[in-house]
Amino acid sequence: MVNFSLAWIALFSPMVACVVITLFFLRSKTSSSLTAIAGILISFVCTCLLAAQIFGVHPSPQVQQSLPWIHFDGLTIDFGVLINPLAIMMLLVVTGVGSAIFIYSKGYMAEDPSSPRFFAFLSLFAFSMIGIVLSNNFIQLFIFWELVGLSSYLLIAFWYEKPSAADAGVKAFMVNRLADFGFMCGILLLWSVSDFGVGLDGTIEAGRTFLFTDLAQVVPHLSLPLLSAVGLLIFCGVVGKSAQFPLHVWLPDAMEGPTPVSALIHAATMVAAGIYLLARVFFIFEPLTAALMVVAYIGAITAFMTATLAIVENDIKRILAYSTLSQLGYMVMALGLGGPLQGMYHLTTHAFFKALLFLSAGSVILALHHEQNIWKMRGLLKQLPITGWTFLIGTLALCGIFPLSGFWSKDEILALAAGHNTFLYWVGTLTAGLTSLYMGRLFWVAFWGKASDHAHPAHESPAVMTMPLIFLAILSVVGGFLGIPHFLYPEQMGTVVQLSPFVALTSSVFAVLGLVISYRIYGGRPSSDPVETKIGFLYSLLKNKYYFDIVYGWYVDYVQHPFAKILFLLEQVLIVRLGVHGLTGLAKATGNALRYLQTGLVQFYALVFALGVVYLFFIMVTNL
Amino acid sequence: MMSYPLSYILLLPTLALSVLFAVPSQNTSAIRRIAILGVLLPFLLSLGVFFTYNHSTGGFQFIENIPWVVPFGISYHLGVDGINALLILLLGFVSFAAVLISHHIKERVKEYYILLLLMIIGTYGAFLSLDIFFFYFFHEVATIPAFLLIAIWGSDRHEYAAMKLTLYLTAGATLGLIGLLALYFASGLQTFDFVQLQYYLTVHPIPLNVRNWIFGLVVIGFGVTLTMWPFYTWAPVGYAAAPTAVSMLHAGVLKKLGAYAIIRFAIQLMPQAAHTWMPLIATLAVLNIIYCGLVVLAQRDMKYILGYSSCSHMGYILLGIACLNVIGLNGVVFLMFAHGIMVSLGFALTGFFADQTNTRNLDELSGLAKRMPFIGTCFAMMALASSGVPGFANFPAEIMVLLGAWDHYRWQTVLAVLGVVITAIYMFKAIRLGFHGPLPSRWNQLTDAQTALQKLPYILLLAALIIVGCFPTIILNKIEPASKGVLQYALTTK
Repeated sequence: MVNFSLAWIALFSPMVACVVITLFFLRSKTSSSLTAIAGILISFVCTCLLAAQIFGVHPSPQVQQSLPWIHFDGLTIDFGVLINPLAIMMLLVVTGVGSAIFIYSKGYMAEDPSSPRFFAFLSLFAFSMIGIVLSNNFIQLFIFWELVGLSSYLLIAFWYEKPSAADAGVKAFMVNRLADFGFMCGILLLWSVSDFGVGLDGTIEAGRTFLFTDLAQVVPHLSLPLLSAVGLLIFCGVVGKSAQFPLHVWLPDAMEGPTPVSALIHAATMVAAGIYLLARVFFIFEPLTAALMVVAYIGAITAFMTATLAIVENDIKRILAYSTLSQLGYMVMALGLGGPLQGMYHLTTHAFFKALLFLSAGSVILALHHEQNIWKMRGLLKQLPITGWTFLIGTLALCGIFPLSGFWSKDEILALAAGHNTFLYWVGTLTAGLTSLYMGRLFWVAFWGKASDHAHPAHESPAVMTMPLIFLAILSVVGGFLGIPHFLYPEQMGTVVQLSPFVALTSSVFAVLGLVISYRIYGGRPSSDPVETKIGFLYSLLKNKYYFDIVYGWYVDYVQHPFAKILFLLEQVLIVRLGVHGLTGLAKATGNALRYLQTGLVQFYALVFALGVVYLFFIMVTNL
Repeated sequence: MMSYPLSYILLLPTLALSVLFAVPSQNTSAIRRIAILGVLLPFLLSLGVFFTYNHSTGGFQFIENIPWVVPFGISYHLGVDGINALLILLLGFVSFAAVLISHHIKERVKEYYILLLLMIIGTYGAFLSLDIFFFYFFHEVATIPAFLLIAIWGSDRHEYAAMKLTLYLTAGATLGLIGLLALYFASGLQTFDFVQLQYYLTVHPIPLNVRNWIFGLVVIGFGVTLTMWPFYTWAPVGYAAAPTAVSMLHAGVLKKLGAYAIIRFAIQLMPQAAHTWMPLIATLAVLNIIYCGLVVLAQRDMKYILGYSSCSHMGYILLGIACLNVIGLNGVVFLMFAHGIMVSLGFALTGFFADQTNTRNLDELSGLAKRMPFIGTCFAMMALASSGVPGFANFPAEIMVLLGAWDHYRWQTVLAVLGVVITAIYMFKAIRLGFHGPLPSRWNQLTDAQTALQKLPYILLLAALIIVGCFPTIILNKIEPASKGVLQYALTTK
């Protein structure tokens, strides 16, 4: 049987860690980091025990437990946990990869004086993320959805004295807020129609619900246009959180945060929450062919567009950020093609190798004293062997080289696409080639060749950082052989695809081609990017990130802000000048009575007041 | 003391006030201690009243009813249901914090605390009175000291601001009073007693067109207090000029008196007329939310930001009132509490740093978090609460308002959701500009809140926001029967 207290402990132990750090350890680096690590490890252990209970039974059950959070006639909002194989798998990723990153952070943040604050925020994030995974209803999910957004903001702007970091935090939060506007409307709309078939006895609002399990019963009775609206509105939230086109702009900037944050939040878990949400409530999307097409195309556009941006980027973390965007695009595309299994599978392997890549990059950045420009790195493979080799493993896994984990999950998505939509299939395959191209570029430029005779030779990071690297590297290698798809959907919900030799072969050819081309260009380690001068106009288009930031900035500066100014002016002129002052002016002209009110207010008032009191006393006395 | 707690809530600060008259004005520390005691005791009593209020029986409790001027039907009638029990608790929190943070007042200390206490007594009295005459009387007792406090201890353009604020509030309240007097005469019952009026009006309804007129007068009159669009322009100017404690009390509590009066005297007494007016109210609510919200974006002074923002947030209260259903009204009362605590915290924090920086302009401020980590953290949490981030009381309140409004006012609700985005824009910008970024060297000498006593008001307000935000049932239990009571006739007579 499933022991629910395990789920509750898994949820609240990082929260307890966060509170303990905030109250007691804000001045102690060691205690704070150890508390945070203990918190996430407890969650991880509980998750493993839960996994054993869930996967130990066939078929794996779906169970929930909830407490009322807000409850009165007409409205019930629960706080609960809904446990099924999908949630457990996601929870394993969050707490497992999370534990590795927490431990790594102890080394990475060792020199930072405000690291206790860092660990408090990181624990808050872990709590919120686990909350998303376990939530059994939309409002609770939205609560944690906002809280991960908040912790993301706090961690991006962790070095708040740096204007760029502070700006990036605000940008991330704003973009997500904008997306959640749609999400919230979707939740409201779905709630308002969720009493289908219940309100026959006249109690119209009695049956409304936010619970996923109840909604799954209701959804088949709803009309398709209505459901499409709900689906697309909920998808708005996904577009924000998982940084899909056209709201992808916040993720590259989010790299201002400390690198473990980029690994945990902006690669492995939080940005994948959108994918998880789609998979969790896929019952809403299943009948919606048209809406799913939108989802699939948004995913494909994101995957391709951001991959092209990675090709001209010079900052190691930003390259990885674009790569994350691109891979998230794959996952969204998979969901849009009706394959939650494939999307979640790729989410899992991506969490392994992208966290690995970020942590390796962090190790490089620390070794080079916070240098992030790849053109100032060279030959790192020899100087930092553990970091370098694990980075290479991550790169190959990301490129989908057989038999690493990325190969299996990406090919499932491509095979799914091949079966449904040839155009999207080719976009996906081409993107796979681009992926190898930019990852090859990064690897050849920064890690390949002779080491530079730098004044400060780079040193390998301490064991507390390299151990998590090795752990994640192992997962990235064997991720394809763990039977993840089987665990995810023991009953094979969604579309089942067979790996086709054609798809596997084509994508492998593209992947290898990308690596080869990048070697041809960058293998000789030119001192600057030779591509810059060769592609002309295209280069400035890519360098300006297709002008998204510029257009959005223009909107804020030249539309929103002037509009606010005009409204303010209107208020001053119309309401205050003409309305209020005009009325009082009229009053002045018509009579002297009001003039007293204007000039000698207090005395006049006091007089009236006093007279009134005297009168009342008079009445009272005469009546007693 | 526990047999007549409500009277003691009024009596104890009055006692403190009388003692203050006797204390020599040089002895400022004694004055402060007496004033603190004078707000602490009613605060504790209001906590007691709130938590001993029996929500399973509901209705008005702790009733005290002494006839006063019998021929006019005026009586000293106090009592609380879940709504005003919560509002006096809100006043307890805010008044205690407001007096605690007033240590920066150095001139005419004695007069300051006397007036502040008078304002607090008036507000308590208005919330507690179940007699319309006394409600109005206490309302004025609260308004006049506010005028003097702003005019004497205020800052920029304080005379203009004090005049404007008082004129508006008095005009509004007078309009409301005319409405209530009309009701008094129309009922023919010759009583100002709320409970009797409600009972009588249910049995002998007055003609609907008359009620519609009266309802309009009451809603617009007290809508001015609530800063309903377009009658809100007094608020930002007034708050900006007022000394910190007055801004806290005014924006936090006194403003809610408008919403309270609308709920109590308009909706509860004339539920049928409510249906006529509510679509208009819902539209004005959206204008509040969006128009005032956008105007905040053009502001740079932190007090103006908070002032306009609080006008904007009153839109949610209006929208919730317009729903005329229990979900919406629960949200409204919840939000009155949440917003009151949040905005007074905001003014308190702004006062704290502006005292040292001598500017509230965000373009001149930068990096304060470096020297003021405690104040910075509290400020960020205030901003989060204001933006409706879960974990703070504003979130469940706004959710309930939105859920309540969705069925009746679809596009208004969508715009209200958009309003949350706008709030986040200016609040996060305020954190970014004021507290993040590099700290200019001229502010290396700034000091944070240090002693426990200095931190207490902020911690107290934040704790209230977080506890209620995480465990909304604590106050919802008490609100819900009261909301049902208010709406019992509105719901049946659609």
